[in-house]
Amino acid sequence: MNWTAIGAIYRFEMARFFRTLTQSFLSPVLSTSLYFVVFGAAIGSRIDQVEGIDYGAFIVPGLIMLSVMTQAISNASFGIYFPKFIGTIYELLSAPVNFLEIVLGYVGAAATKALFIGVVILATASLFVDLPIAHPLAMVLFMLLTCLSFALLGFIIGIWAGNFEQLQLIPLMVVTPLVFLGGSFYSISMLPPIWQKITLFNPVVYLISGFRWAFFDTADVPVGLSLLAIGGFTVACIAVIWWIFKTGWRIRS
Amino acid sequence: MPAILTIRDLRKSYADGFEALKSVSLDIDEGEILALLGPNGAGKTTLISTVCGIITPTSGSVTVGGHDILDDFRAARSLIGLVPQEINLEPFETVWNTVRFSRGLFGKSRNDALLEDILRKLSLWDKRKNRIMELSGGMKRRVLIAKALSHEPRVLFLDEPTAGVDVELRKDMWEIVAELKASGVTIILTTHYIEEAEAIADRVGVIAEGKLMLVEEKAQLMARMGQKQLEVQLTEPVAALPEALAHHDLQLVNGGGALVYTYDTRGERTGITALLNDVAQAGLVLADVQTRQSSLEDIFVGLVSGETA
Repeated sequence: MNWTAIGAIYRFEMARFFRTLTQSFLSPVLSTSLYFVVFGAAIGSRIDQVEGIDYGAFIVPGLIMLSVMTQAISNASFGIYFPKFIGTIYELLSAPVNFLEIVLGYVGAAATKALFIGVVILATASLFVDLPIAHPLAMVLFMLLTCLSFALLGFIIGIWAGNFEQLQLIPLMVVTPLVFLGGSFYSISMLPPIWQKITLFNPVVYLISGFRWAFFDTADVPVGLSLLAIGGFTVACIAVIWWIFKTGWRIRS
Repeated sequence: MPAILTIRDLRKSYADGFEALKSVSLDIDEGEILALLGPNGAGKTTLISTVCGIITPTSGSVTVGGHDILDDFRAARSLIGLVPQEINLEPFETVWNTVRFSRGLFGKSRNDALLEDILRKLSLWDKRKNRIMELSGGMKRRVLIAKALSHEPRVLFLDEPTAGVDVELRKDMWEIVAELKASGVTIILTTHYIEEAEAIADRVGVIAEGKLMLVEEKAQLMARMGQKQLEVQLTEPVAALPEALAHHDLQLVNGGGALVYTYDTRGERTGITALLNDVAQAGLVLADVQTRQSSLEDIFVGLVSGETA
């Protein structure tokens, strides 16, 4: 394993993040505060409680997931797409590194950035509402797995994308709707029975439910199923990336 | 000198049937400078990219320092540095970080003293804190070289290193290449500029339509294939070629003021003595005599157009 190379890629990617630290830090703080103002104060004052939890606190796990998923995807997809776009990928392809080392460097950096933003949102949220964490270890595990798996998905999108529009396509058209419809701002038990069944086809439901369970000890779907879903998703992404490097799809002619 | 790079029967075909490389075989000795000449689309960049791991070969084998580029890619690639044709650099990063990244990517431990030395030699030390986007085109090209040298390659590929750079920078590049050769680095460069190959290469390879048409010592190539011209200037112009000189391969130029005789340096007899005797016998008086050797460019144009292949 070429750890020096992994470290070099990781540092280079993190440098991009630190160059725009103010933007990286302020943007999630501002958007989280806006969500609290709109959903927490304006709408939440009429909803009061969901499953015995204050609405303001109830939406926190979903808010964190929304940002963590989109940040992990956008950072990882941009991280590998940009070298393709500007041509610096030649160096990566001619370096003595294998696919695992490239992925560890890029995905590791993207997951770190997403984790940083997740922690910032958690800290911001705790300024607005009382936030109990029933299962801290599970909370950390869910957060780490989400950062990792969605960074892997982002990496695949970055390899696949042929232009900047395609780079934005999946995060905007697929991930954001799935997160909004995955119970970020409501419990799926509040839906009509038919929609409750349809919702179970949305993979994000399992992540948000598991993550929310780590905070409030209450879940829409069994926690084991949530872990299985995120674990399976991670393995599937790794398999796709392995195939990409084996065949050279979209990177090596 | 043992071969540091061995290419055997290398082929590259694309899905649409286009054959970019047609059975290329080549040995490159350690420490030499090989110039690959060829028109656009000849396969020069494809050949370099395949050796460096950017393009997967269809068949054939390549070893670098005895290591196969596919089975033992780590060992093979860690010996290679590549300076690409296009200026591909991260615009927002500083020169220093960009070069440091390259060294790390190739698995080499941090060595700031070495990087400083490389940047100083390339006149980049004062620019090390500048972002790449703030540099001129010539400086960016130097950064590409610095990146390739940062991991101490034994074989350096320069893909059209002086395309689009000014004369001064081109001369600088040639000096850099000479210094690298002196330090034992093997250099393979592709170029459009014949004068570049003529000035710095030990051997010259000519590629056209995916085929390596020849590889030869530069001096030998020129001696073997070069034609020479002898120009005889006359004191008095003549209206037509005298009958006595008709059997010589002569052209009348400068309005009859000079005769040009083309001969082959490979021939046992050049025919110069006989010509000069006949010129004197014809009653012509010589004002001056000069010879011209055909340049590599003439040879190259001849080869590619099939005249001397």
